[in-house]
Amino acid sequence: MTENFEPVIIGFTCNWCSYRAADLAGTARVKYPPNVRLIRLMCSGRLDPTFVIKALANGADAVMITGCHPGECHYIEQNYKALRRYLLLRRTLAQMGIEPERVKLVWASAAEGVRLGQEITKLVEEIRQLGPLQWPRLLAGDGHPAEIELAVEEVAA
Amino acid sequence: MSDNGKPKFAMYWAASCGGCEIAVLNIHEKILDVDANFEVVFWPVAMDAKYKDVEAMPDKSILLTLFNGGIRNSENEELAHLMRRKSQILVAFGSCACEGCIPGLANFSTPEQIFEAAYKSVSTVNPEGIYPKSSYMMPEGEIHIPTFYPVLKTLEQVVPVDYYMPGCPPESHQIAAVIELVVKVLHGEAQLPPAGAVIGAGNSTVCDDCPRERNEKMIKKFVRIHDIAIDPKLCLLEQGVPCNGIATRSGCGALCPQAGAQCIGCYGPAEGVMDYGARLITAFGSVIDSNDPDEIESILDGIPDLTGQFYRFNLAGSLLRASKPALASKSGPALMSRGINPHGNGQG
Repeated sequence: MTENFEPVIIGFTCNWCSYRAADLAGTARVKYPPNVRLIRLMCSGRLDPTFVIKALANGADAVMITGCHPGECHYIEQNYKALRRYLLLRRTLAQMGIEPERVKLVWASAAEGVRLGQEITKLVEEIRQLGPLQWPRLLAGDGHPAEIELAVEEVAA
Repeated sequence: MSDNGKPKFAMYWAASCGGCEIAVLNIHEKILDVDANFEVVFWPVAMDAKYKDVEAMPDKSILLTLFNGGIRNSENEELAHLMRRKSQILVAFGSCACEGCIPGLANFSTPEQIFEAAYKSVSTVNPEGIYPKSSYMMPEGEIHIPTFYPVLKTLEQVVPVDYYMPGCPPESHQIAAVIELVVKVLHGEAQLPPAGAVIGAGNSTVCDDCPRERNEKMIKKFVRIHDIAIDPKLCLLEQGVPCNGIATRSGCGALCPQAGAQCIGCYGPAEGVMDYGARLITAFGSVIDSNDPDEIESILDGIPDLTGQFYRFNLAGSLLRASKPALASKSGPALMSRGINPHGNGQG
């Protein structure tokens, strides 16, 4: 199962650094696995934790949050807010039984296309080891419809 | 129950504590308006009526049903479908029906853990180890009790809901206002709000109603209210008390913060908030006064139970709804028919 498992990873990138790093990785023909779907935000500080939770709830196996290196934020200090929210979110998800490894924060400047590629490769491998999350399937199979029918049948018999 | 031509009213409780019914009775003499304008046909806590009486009513014959409580077992679900079928207007009444509330916190645990806590831990005196079973053979024949579901669901996760009335419980003056509105609608003096609306609450946050003074928040340490001498005038969050007012819908009049206790979020997510906990993570993340990962971690240690802080009232209604082990667990019927407890004889 895990050999054939292709993780779905949502990557949130900052317009000023990591999105350009991904662009650079493309023009420089840096190879990295195609599992990450990148979404551009204006800043990692724009990342509402709702986005991450919604991605996981809707079937993503992992989420990658990327932003400018500390001290280099285009909006002065918003990446620090992203850092604090990330640390809060990891703890919260851990209590929900979601492995903290499934949410990763990476700092990548516009020049670090190669490094971004490496980080993506690393994350994809880690998630491949961890296995699928499949939250929608968990929600669908939470016992309500299937189990009730079973119970009703028992009553009839 | 003779048909006196008055529109019919029902109230039902599923997985709840009964506080919502107390809140309804707490509207004092306004309860007489309910009686003057409605025929109460079904209200288990206040009058005797059988499920089969409701089943015998024509579909859509009840004008207004206030449904409180979450959907925890097969009986709750059956009644949710029944009340939906018989009611024209179904209101998810109170935090439990809207978003799971305190009973929804059980969604952190598997049914095994819940049964363990309820029947084997110190919480219950149960020396014989009696355990519920979904079916049991009596001399007279096989009897059944409702089956326990692996997770609690909100009302809207089971049936379509017309209106939502948050609060744990909804404030009595809000209930009175809603009843007044419905009575006006009956007399053609007012219009019903658009379907799916949140009624009996404000559109802003608890902070908007809170009289405490607000300045820039810079938190170096989270505290609990018994740790410090609370400044009676200053914003609680500014003092390091993790107050949820920022993300919570207004409607209560900011009662807790005015009494010196933090808002715990019983009125649910504010307008436009998709995931209450995520909104609080955003807010708390903004006000922590540190840029050093290690220092941030130690500041976060000041909130001992993060998910309890963020999802106290709306775990079941949140985007994730439950913890992974709870969602992946075996359902109640399997658990109860297995008869986990080897010592119990199953007779109560």
